[in-house]
Amino acid sequence: MADETRASETPRAPTSSGGDRPSMGDRPDRGERRPPRPGGPGGREGSGPGGRKFFRRKKVCKFCTEKIDAINYKDVRLLAQFVAESGKIVPRRLTGVCTPHQRRLSLAIKLARNIALLPFAGRAS
Amino acid sequence: MNRTYELMFIVRPDMLEEDQDKLISTLETAVTATGGSLKKSEKLGKRRLAYSVRKFHDGIYILLTVEGGGGLIHELERRLRVTEPVIKFLTVRIDEEQKRLDKIKAIKDARRKTSAAPPPVEAAAEPAGEAPAATA
Repeated sequence: MADETRASETPRAPTSSGGDRPSMGDRPDRGERRPPRPGGPGGREGSGPGGRKFFRRKKVCKFCTEKIDAINYKDVRLLAQFVAESGKIVPRRLTGVCTPHQRRLSLAIKLARNIALLPFAGRAS
Repeated sequence: MNRTYELMFIVRPDMLEEDQDKLISTLETAVTATGGSLKKSEKLGKRRLAYSVRKFHDGIYILLTVEGGGGLIHELERRLRVTEPVIKFLTVRIDEEQKRLDKIKAIKDARRKTSAAPPPVEAAAEPAGEAPAATA
């Protein structure tokens, strides 16, 4: 758009606009020169043989789909699904949990750890 | 003075049933003395602990739901700290969470009611609303 206005404004002096062009026209020129990037390195093609950089699979938040509102620190079975073998809380990019639920979940897990329902480290016996 | 707390504590596994009841009643008197009320007391039974606490590997879990002011928990925790069989306790304030859950539930119920009886009310409202907008 900036290019178009400049061309309409200064049609008589192409040299001056030519001088101006590189500074203002850098943006569209750059976009033209570079080849259009593939949308995600093969991630959009499919979840199978594609690159493992971006989306491996469209994971959905378990709490959003099942409409679980309250994550209680007392139900160890639910919380243990989101805890690794070492006792660590699994990051949400692996479980697919959405951010507000992940925050509540981690709070519940920390409460459960404090009351010895879940271990701080090591296997949950 | 409407705070609701959930107090969960672990008692050593070799504590007798009547001693547990005695402890709960002691706490209850402390609660009512400060002007609160004990809403619910639950014994979750003996469980294996995830890690050893004071060299115990099992414990009896007891859950109390109390309602009262802020100083109430201070008093209860002081008592629990002193009581020898209690090896761990945790207090969680639940009235804010309960408020949030009730709000969500109210929204869901309202949505369910409106979806159950939509057409007469909305059909009457919509043309009335649309006609002036179309003319204007």
